[in-house]
Amino acid sequence: MSMLHLTYQVPGDDFTRAGEASGDVKHKLKKLGYEPDAVRRVAIAMYEGEINMVIHAGGGEAVVDIDPDRVDILLQDHGPGIADVDQAMQAGWSTAPDNVRALGFGAGMGLPNMKKYTDEMTIDSVVGEGTAVRMTVFPGRKEEGR
Amino acid sequence: MTVKEMAEALGWNLLAGEDGADNQIDGCYVGDLLSWVMARAQSGNVWITVMGNVNAIAVATLTDVSCIVLTENAALDQDAAKKAEMQGIPVYGCAANSYDTAVQVYERLK
Repeated sequence: MSMLHLTYQVPGDDFTRAGEASGDVKHKLKKLGYEPDAVRRVAIAMYEGEINMVIHAGGGEAVVDIDPDRVDILLQDHGPGIADVDQAMQAGWSTAPDNVRALGFGAGMGLPNMKKYTDEMTIDSVVGEGTAVRMTVFPGRKEEGR
Repeated sequence: MTVKEMAEALGWNLLAGEDGADNQIDGCYVGDLLSWVMARAQSGNVWITVMGNVNAIAVATLTDVSCIVLTENAALDQDAAKKAEMQGIPVYGCAANSYDTAVQVYERLK
């Protein structure tokens, strides 16, 4: 059982509400006294994940477990799934529509950013069923090569 | 230097988020691609951009930039203005382009 267990619904097709979950987690981590680098990494990775769920999956659920030595984030959706995860992980690869690009997203940086800013990340995706992204940030682990 | 002092010195118009006008400025970042900005802008930066949508406000909140400056009179959406007020993210507008604005900020921070 984690120190703090948080669950958020990420609404689909609503860009105005994307960022509420990551914003809340950021606020809580800050209050709990986590170092700014870890707070920033969690917030960025989670926001990118939220945006992905809004763009591609019609929303989903975010589950965050906060412990003194680790922050675990699970992003679960029931969207179309990712046919080729390796391709999706490539910087610059995107299937986002033009209206999303006009908002300043869809540059194919979401998943690469999530990987870059977390210490561990795994993607389990089944086409037609959905995608689960698990990310872990270890506070205090050095920011190397970022 | 505070956001308010910089805005007065450079003639920026406050569009929303006055609560954050006492934020300190210690640098500057220019960019319009939100994922890129999110990964690179540092806390305390003036963020110069033309993206005045609600997602830009979210990015500003997550990165702890000191303020947003919308250059070339780029518009701030209504939703974005509301969110900026709620989060206390100061958003300013100006007529100059991003390059000139960045140069002006640099001169003031020297």
